[in-house]
Amino acid sequence: MNIAVPTREQREAKLEGMGCKRKRVEDIRFTQGKGNYVDDVKLPGMLFGDFVRSQYAHARIKKIDASAALKVPGVLAVLTAEELKGVNLAWMPTLAGDVQMVLADGKVLFQSQEIAFVVAEDRYAAADGVEAVEVEYEDLPVLVDAFKALAPDAPLLREDIKDKMIGAHGPRKHHNHIFEWSMGDKDLTDAAFATAEVTTKDVISYHRTHPSPLETCQCVASFDKIKGELTVWGTFQAPHVIRTVASLLSKIPEHKIHIIAPDIGGGFGNKVGAYPGYICAIVASIVTGKPVKWVEDRIENLTATSFARDYHMTTEIAATKDGKVTALRVHVLADHGAFDACADPSKWPAGFFNICTGSYDFPVAHLVVDGIYTNKAPGGVAYRCSFRVTEAAYCIERAMDIMAQKLGMDAAEFRLKNFVRREQFPYHSALGWEYDSGDYHTAMNKAMEAIGYQQLRAEQAAKRAAFQRGETRDLRGIGISFFTEIVGAGPSRNCDILGVAMFDSCEIRVHPTGAAIARMGTKSQGQGHETTYAQIIATEIGIPADDIMVEEGNTDTAPYGLGTYGSRSTPVAGAAIAMASRKIKAKAQMIAAYMLEVHEDDLEWDIDGFRVKGLPEKYKGMKEIAWAAYNSPPPGLEPGLEAVSYYDPPNMTYPFGAYFCVMDIDVDTGVYKIRRFYALDDCGTRINPMIIEGQVHGGLTEAFAIAMGQEIRYDEIGNVVGGSFMDFFIPTAVETPKWETDYTVTPSPHHPIGAKGVGESPNVGGVPCFSNAVNDAFSFLGSRHIQMPHDHWRIWEVAKGLGLHG
Amino acid sequence: MAKTHVKMNVNGREVESLVEPRTLLIHHLRENLNLTGPHIGCDTTHCGACTVDMNGKSVKSCTVFAVQADGAMITTIEGMAAPDGTLHALQEGFRMMHGLQCGFCTPGMIVRAHRLLQEIPNPTEEEIRFGIAGNLCRCTGYQNIVKAIQYAAAKLSGAPMQEAAE
Amino acid sequence: MPVIPAPFSYHRPKSLAEATALLAEHNDEARVLAGGQSLIPMMKFRLAAPEHLVDVGNISELKGIQRTGNTLIVGAMTTQHELQQSQMLSEAAPILKETSLLIADPQVRYMGTIGGNVANGDPGNDMPAVMLCLDAAYRLTSVTGTRTIKARDFYEGTYATALKTGEILTAIEIPVPPAGHGHAYEKLKRKIGDYATAAAGVVLTTRGGRITTCAIAISNLADKAILATDAAAAVIGTALEKPTLDKAIAAARSIMSPATDTRGTTEYRTSVGGIMVERALKCALARAKG
Repeated sequence: MNIAVPTREQREAKLEGMGCKRKRVEDIRFTQGKGNYVDDVKLPGMLFGDFVRSQYAHARIKKIDASAALKVPGVLAVLTAEELKGVNLAWMPTLAGDVQMVLADGKVLFQSQEIAFVVAEDRYAAADGVEAVEVEYEDLPVLVDAFKALAPDAPLLREDIKDKMIGAHGPRKHHNHIFEWSMGDKDLTDAAFATAEVTTKDVISYHRTHPSPLETCQCVASFDKIKGELTVWGTFQAPHVIRTVASLLSKIPEHKIHIIAPDIGGGFGNKVGAYPGYICAIVASIVTGKPVKWVEDRIENLTATSFARDYHMTTEIAATKDGKVTALRVHVLADHGAFDACADPSKWPAGFFNICTGSYDFPVAHLVVDGIYTNKAPGGVAYRCSFRVTEAAYCIERAMDIMAQKLGMDAAEFRLKNFVRREQFPYHSALGWEYDSGDYHTAMNKAMEAIGYQQLRAEQAAKRAAFQRGETRDLRGIGISFFTEIVGAGPSRNCDILGVAMFDSCEIRVHPTGAAIARMGTKSQGQGHETTYAQIIATEIGIPADDIMVEEGNTDTAPYGLGTYGSRSTPVAGAAIAMASRKIKAKAQMIAAYMLEVHEDDLEWDIDGFRVKGLPEKYKGMKEIAWAAYNSPPPGLEPGLEAVSYYDPPNMTYPFGAYFCVMDIDVDTGVYKIRRFYALDDCGTRINPMIIEGQVHGGLTEAFAIAMGQEIRYDEIGNVVGGSFMDFFIPTAVETPKWETDYTVTPSPHHPIGAKGVGESPNVGGVPCFSNAVNDAFSFLGSRHIQMPHDHWRIWEVAKGLGLHG
Repeated sequence: MAKTHVKMNVNGREVESLVEPRTLLIHHLRENLNLTGPHIGCDTTHCGACTVDMNGKSVKSCTVFAVQADGAMITTIEGMAAPDGTLHALQEGFRMMHGLQCGFCTPGMIVRAHRLLQEIPNPTEEEIRFGIAGNLCRCTGYQNIVKAIQYAAAKLSGAPMQEAAE
Repeated sequence: MPVIPAPFSYHRPKSLAEATALLAEHNDEARVLAGGQSLIPMMKFRLAAPEHLVDVGNISELKGIQRTGNTLIVGAMTTQHELQQSQMLSEAAPILKETSLLIADPQVRYMGTIGGNVANGDPGNDMPAVMLCLDAAYRLTSVTGTRTIKARDFYEGTYATALKTGEILTAIEIPVPPAGHGHAYEKLKRKIGDYATAAAGVVLTTRGGRITTCAIAISNLADKAILATDAAAAVIGTALEKPTLDKAIAAARSIMSPATDTRGTTEYRTSVGGIMVERALKCALARAKG
């Protein structure tokens, strides 16, 4: 029998390591309906909790009458702030250094705020109970408009801190002021503007929206009185942080708290924070002695749990007449709602908004952010974005278009002229970042060629001429966005959450048979970690990905990690995987040397094992080495083959990309058609191109939705307008454009495998691209800046304002 | 409130239960029959995560009372694979073409696509997009879902596609 | 915040007589459950909380599509999906299928019925305007007997119709439009599954390229579907020359009073309402043979 020796290619293919389009491990269960999401958790005797919520945006609570509710069959308890005060949990600290009511304490500050928690035998009885609770309110004046928050006579929202004029981020200058945060050099920037040849100044608003993953926030809390232990299954993007917060709040020792994040139905930043529902379920379980489930409905999710954006950015650019930028000045009015519950690293009250110099070489810049309270839901989460990076990208990409228009320059040419050049990396930005690597000109030129940019502009000119002649009612817009992100938070020197440094972790155990388990501090919500993490290990230590199980989400077994958001899993946890793998590889090398009776230095790595240099037939594969690690380790070496890595990244990573959108707009109806959308992404080393493409498709679809209509809007008395999937724009397969994807590869120099992270790029870069397309369509008629979202009627308003309706 | 007797065939199995008339079919399936494949995503009949097949029609089981399904033939995602465990071409296609990410919409999406392919065995891309417009996905942008359904259509019609996801 | 219906008693009559008897017995406390695609969401939010729900899904008398002479008779419990599948309807009155495909989404169309769509009085529904264009009539049955009422006399306002307590809509009678007629239903919406921002239906006939008869109706642009009679009168005898069209659009806009909502302002919706009328007229004229 002739046994063929596998070729190098066959051995590599068998590993399914980095760079291959490995099919997802997760899909085997998900396609069969065998995922295990929180609402699938069912415990004996489990109760169900449901909220009574405020009808008003700002009102004093005169009375809560739960007597009728308590008579509803199946209703066991109704918790209000009074009950929570007994366990000191009526208020909870937020990640941003503020405090937030768990249940309304004396007043309500936004519509849908949690007032009472009804605990019943099942969700139907809980619903009946909620309906039976009577709340008496007394109206208070409502503050909705962020621009009126700091007026001297603006209503006082936060009575609890009205005399506390030093907040978590420094002095507060008004009762509705949260913080002022500034970066950059004010004097140099002001001087540059004073002498500038050309300047622009525009209020660029990024409306309030919401991450709305298809699965809402939910949990099951189970307190074991005998053991004094608490177990919580929940939709947690950051399970360990939840454990630490739960311990600090409840005083239950941290080792007696077990947090389990099972399969999660999408997160997009929505599931980072701690919400009143979690606290109430925990308290209810402690009070009743039974497990308590809380499942948010969609309306609650949209109206109460963590909005995103709501930034009003007054943006100024200074430039020379020939199109060289000389300074950037931005003032942001940041609407945080009723409580500052932003999920940012603790020292960054406006996240990494200071990436707002973007891809451009601004010599000087100055940024001021004022955070303010309004009668809206708290939150300010990073909706598929690394902490206000999408706001920053929108701000600079819109402003660059506006300046190009003012200069009479082509928007692509203007960008090319101002890009940070390849030889400037590592590049120190005027607002304090060190960009790790980039090659913007190459990416932009590749994108322009792929899309046929000059041809598109020619077609647009022809179309405009036809419009002017009255032959068509369609306008064409070409949107450009060249974004630079900052992701992978982050280095312990400047990134922490509640004092815990933002490292991440990986523990790998190689079993005697050469199979392995990797446990992680991150938590996938659909990103496919079980698939891609195994690919990294496969390449690093030569064990086939199929023989590696990746496990996340159980705080008892996983090493401490900060979780998955801000595109940090690949930059931080991905690095931890590589470092843990390399520890294993180093030990494996010692074992192999012993087995092959040579010195370690005489060995070289060869795909899936070690080979003696110059003697290729002398080889030990990882499978054999693993067995030996447990069976006959070298004298003096501990048995076993395991490693843990806690990776503290030396820097962030800076993915970038060039996006183009071609859009036609019917000026009579405001209806638009996306003709093409091309996305070139550079996320450094590509671990699984199939998954990268999937991430890009998904993020672009979100960007499309946000730019073209996805909005949480409030009327003047603080009612949420359109807080369900009837109005909140989630496009179907019919509205969603087709996506063209492309890439360049500029590895991160400081990351062990050169990867930068990609999940959020399409959202960050996509929104300005769509918005720039709409703006570009109208720009030749004198339009300067059109606020998002660009839904049909608002586009029509623009056309009307330009006199296009005759 | 008095309970009502309902009997239905779910994934080939006859099941009888007593339910409150107001019990929604999705809750009956998930809570009483432990079929947790279909999900609840929107509560307002928009997202389709709760889609099941009822008497040869795709329905949103959050907008059907269990009592309305008395006597019905119901197929959920749990009933899509063959009795011997062989995956349905759609289940295979969704994995091969990367037609899912978080997996929350997938059970409803596959069950809906199954009915679509029963009615239109070889749909165009436009027909697929129109046919799954009652199912929202927050992760994929649909492009690979379309490919997954095309993959299944090709396989079911005896001419399997060679290429996997780009 | 619950999305769970309040308790109710459930009835599933097997005959129309049984159903009307139940409605007579429970009066205002009973609601008819047809496809449930509007009623159940309302019940989940407790905007409707009937004590008795009479499910008419098991009554064979309410199903089926027939043609008797020049009248199409569509059972009220015909689902949108069944309506789309009917070759007979598609040939005789193609506007029905065309409109049906613009309603909601596939799943809702499998369950949602033509009877529910025309009878519940939601001004956002699409079929009422089509029935106005086709001059359909509704058969209403109660314990006291059956009466027939023109669609054009049926709608009174938001969720207000001529349907009396105790009555069930059993069938829709649609006069077959003349062969060669032109038709169109133009609906502007934000996305699949949405109600119309503005919509308009047209059924017309022509001779020698000029319009001889015409009915225009609009959806979701007032508190009910309404017939744009002045607009229709303006185009009769014409070939839709620009001044005629402008006059018709202006006449149609003058009867629109859409609320400002998430779909747009009153001004916007009225403006695009006119455009929907324009497009429907042009499309119907282009399709007409005669």
